[in-house]
Order: sequence, then C-alpha cells, then structure tokens
Amino acid sequence: MWNYIKVSGLGLTALLAAIAANYARDVPYMVHMIIVMLVAAGLFIWAVRQIDEPVGPAPTGYMDDVIRAGVIATAFWGVIGFLAGTFIAAQLAWPGLNFEWAQGYANFGRLRPLHTSAVIFAFGGNALICTSFYIVQRTSAARLWGGNLAWFVFWGYQLFIVLAATGYLLGATQSKEYAEPEWYVDLWLTVVWVAYLLVFLGTLLKRKEPHIYVANWFFLSFIVTVAMLHIVNNLSVPVSIFGSRSVQLFAGVQDAMTQWWYGHNAVGFFLTAGFLGMMYYFVPKQAERPVFSYKLSIIHFWALIFLYIWAGPHHLHYTALPDWASTLGMVFSIILWMPSWGGMINGLMTLSGAWDKIRTDPIIRMMVVSIGFYGMSTFEGPMMSIRAVNSLSHYTDWTIGHVHSGALGWNGMITFGALYFLTPRLWNKSGLYSLSLVSWHFWLATIGIVLYAASMWVTGIMEGLMWREVDAQGFLVNSFADTVAAKFPMYVVRMLGGLLYVTGGVIMCYNLWMTATRGPAKEQATPVMAPAE
Amino acid sequence: MDTYSLLREFADSWALLGLVIFFLGTIVWAFRPGSTRVYRDTADIVFRNDDGPLVDEGGAGGAALSEDDK
Repeated sequence: MWNYIKVSGLGLTALLAAIAANYARDVPYMVHMIIVMLVAAGLFIWAVRQIDEPVGPAPTGYMDDVIRAGVIATAFWGVIGFLAGTFIAAQLAWPGLNFEWAQGYANFGRLRPLHTSAVIFAFGGNALICTSFYIVQRTSAARLWGGNLAWFVFWGYQLFIVLAATGYLLGATQSKEYAEPEWYVDLWLTVVWVAYLLVFLGTLLKRKEPHIYVANWFFLSFIVTVAMLHIVNNLSVPVSIFGSRSVQLFAGVQDAMTQWWYGHNAVGFFLTAGFLGMMYYFVPKQAERPVFSYKLSIIHFWALIFLYIWAGPHHLHYTALPDWASTLGMVFSIILWMPSWGGMINGLMTLSGAWDKIRTDPIIRMMVVSIGFYGMSTFEGPMMSIRAVNSLSHYTDWTIGHVHSGALGWNGMITFGALYFLTPRLWNKSGLYSLSLVSWHFWLATIGIVLYAASMWVTGIMEGLMWREVDAQGFLVNSFADTVAAKFPMYVVRMLGGLLYVTGGVIMCYNLWMTATRGPAKEQATPVMAPAE
Repeated sequence: MDTYSLLREFADSWALLGLVIFFLGTIVWAFRPGSTRVYRDTADIVFRNDDGPLVDEGGAGGAALSEDDK
C-alpha cells in the first residue's frame, strides 16, 4: 500500500512541478521547478522498479549507511564552501575577479551567500545530521527510528542545499542574512526538519539506556530551536504561487529584530549547541575518558539554553531598536561568558590524566584547538556586544574575523576531528590511512585561521578608527574609499589564510578516501573499539 | 487591556519568576544527593554499545521512559 502512495505522490509531484515550471514568472523559480521535476521523475521510476519486489527481513544493528553518506557529503560540501570563501576573499582583494562575463551570477554579492550557506548549512548541517545520527544510536543502544525516514532527511537536506545554492546564483533571495532561501525552499526545509526531529525523538524514545546522554540534549535543543527560528523568521507571503518572490510579514525594526533573533540563535543553537553535542561525545571517546564533570555539563546545557535566546539584540546597537532591548541583548551576551567557559573547561579537562595524547594523537590535538577557539570566540563575542566596543567594531572586518575564528576554529576543527574519528569505524578499518596527513591538515588549518583572524583584527580596528577620525574642525578625515585602499594588504593575507585552510580540507578528503578504500582492515573476531592511532 | 500590555505584564511577572525558578531548580537538581554516583554511570554511556543495539530482554527499555532524566 505504502509503495502505491509513494509512486502516485512522486508522479503527481513531477507533474505539478512541470506545470509550475511552465507558468514560472521568473528564471530561478523555473530552474527550481525543473530540478524538482527531474528529481521527482527519477524517484518515480526508481520507486516503480522497486514495487512488488520481495521485501527482505528488517535490518538490525545500527543504521550506519546513512551516516557514511553524511560523512561523504560533509567532506564534499566543506571543500566547496571553503573554495567559495577563498574565491570571494580574492574578489575583495582584487575586484577584477568579478568577471564581466559572469556579472549577475558570480560576482561577490551572489557568491557571498553561497559561501556562508555552503559552510554553515551544507558542511555544518550535514556534519550535525550525520554525527547526531551516529551519537544518538550509540548512546541510546537503539537503531534509528523510522526506517528509511533517515534517508529522506539526508536526501531532502541535499535537495534543500542545491535549491538554495542555485537560487543565490540566479538571484532568488529574501535578503535575510543566513536565511536567504525563498518561501518554497523554506517550506521544503520545514518538512525535512520535522522528519529529522521525528527520527531523532523516535530513537530517543526507544532507547535501551535509562538516561539520555548529555550530547543528545544538546542535539535535541538544536533541532527544536532551529525549527522555531526558521518558521518565525521566514513568515512571508508569496507574491505568486508561480514565482520566487515573497513579502515579509514583519516590517521595519520588528523585522530587523526577528532577523537577528534568528541570526544570533542560528549561531547559538546551530553552530554552538549542536557542535557541543559533538564535543560531549567525540572528545571523551577519543581521549578514552568520561567527560570531566557530568554535573557541569547539565548546568552548561541549561544555562546556555536559557541565556542564548536573549542575546540577539546586540546585532542592532545604535539602530531604531529601543535602548532597553539592545541593553538586554548586551547584558545577556555578557552573562553568556559563564556557560561558554564552563563548557570549554569541561571539554578541556576531560583530557586531565591524558594530556600526553595532545602530543601523540593529532585528532585530539584538533579537538583541543577547536575547544580553545570555542573559548576564544565566546570571549571575543560578548566583548564585541558591549555597546561602546560595538561602536568601534560594528560594520568592520573585526566582525568577520570573529565569525571565522568561531567557524573555522571551533566548528571546522571539531568537525574534522569527528570525521577522522568516524571514517575508520564506519568503513570497518582499524585506523586512518595516514596520521602524518592529519598533522599536515592540522597545521595548515591552524596557521590559516591565525592568518585570517589576525589580519581581520588589524583591518577591522584600523577601519573602525579611520571611520571615526575627525579633524580639529570636526570634519571626517577619511572617505570610505580610503579605508578600502588601506585594507588591501590585510585582504591578501586573509585570502592566503583561506587558501591554507582549503588545502588542509583537500588533504583531509584524500586521507578519508584512502582510509575508506585502502585503509588497514580491522581484524575479525575482536569487536573491541579500535583506537585511531 | 490590549494584548501587548497583557502579555507584557505576564512576561514581566509570572513567566519571569517561573523561568528563574526552573533554571535554579536544574542546578539544585544536578547537585541532589546521590547524583554523583548516577552521573558516573551516565558519563560512561559513551563507552558502551559501540557495536550494536541492545536486544530487548524485556522491561529495561519500557521502564526507562518513565524515569526522570536530566
């Protein structure tokens, strides 16, 4: 019965998408409907061929095939996102790279959201989905709930990424930072996200361990909060059902506040809570010691959840937002120091008694540097949220440097550590293909981040000071173009930092590929956990 | 009273009080007597069940759901 519903649903989707493509009012919408039509038609043929095939016994054991796909997708999108970032960094240094023949498609304005979404949602999102599936199964001692629903989450999410990325290049955007996709792509992501929540919750509900391990608490808060943020920030009315344009429900400062409530909590729950879930599993695993203090992890969780949601208004200092709201955001940002550093201490101290591993195990080294960057960027962020500091730092490259020390340092490094941890286990190998390549990756990435963050501090503070400089008569000294010219050397250094980081990513892909295909095989009959060294 | 003022009054009073009490409650809960022993076991979850799900032996799975986990 289910097969017939599936086949008719897919056939109907393909037909409706074809009709929508025919009536399309703009190019991005037409391209998207053609993509949907092709995907639905392909799935239709595949489903028809599967129909009435004998069904094998229900699989047992952990559902790891979808996690393998997730590892591949994470590594793939990671390199794409880093490449896009390095290219737009070069465009800022040398504007000639906004080629005349590619105007309107590959200029900075179109590629910038492609870069941010590729690294946050494609690289980070795939990393979160696959690690959460891995961790929730192991810590619940239960197979993923919902059968092939996990595959729907994986492929549905890839389709969202493709629709978002092609939309940016073709100009379909609702101009909300980190929430650029238009209304129908938002609706699709909502469907995928609800399926993700169901798979995760279903697995938790049928767990065999009496307790829900703390990593799952972080993942669950990430899934639930992102659903809430996504729905509220994307409330909009489509201009036409056959077009990509939409009008936001909120206007003016309400819209701005909703956007940064979304934007900051995307950082807080997508890039922090979710990745803390990774930290609370992979660091103890790789260090082979339980987490330093489980009590601290509980307080870390609740404090983070209670405080983060209020910090958004610090993005809107000196705007039409009322003073009380921006003060509220600033105060909560500063209080956030405590849970952030509590979490950092908890992660680092997990290594107590195993500090020698930092010397011997490059994967632990990656994780430790990642936690270090978590601490640094969660120190820097609250400081920049103070109104007086923000008056210097806002609209400058300092913000970009801050974001990247968090994203490249914390999110990137913990994800690399997780991928190095997962690949031998998922492909049944006793260890990685090459540990010295991991060391190469580690140093390239670390030096890349240092170049990036340092150059952005210099250029950010410099331009902040140049913008506010007045002469004895009270006139501004510098024009905007003066600051652009002065920033050139730092922009080149930033681009070089990105180049090192992407090189490290390519080395990682090679290493993971060789591990999966030619890595040292795991001996049979010893099902004990193989150390990755 | 219009909706905004009503909600604002509620948010400033009972909602604020409730949230603060809940938050302080979680901290007290984490330090409840006997928690150290329970959490030592919970923290070790990551080192169990690496290779496959636990097979149902009756009881353990279902009973677990009613327990209060923090």
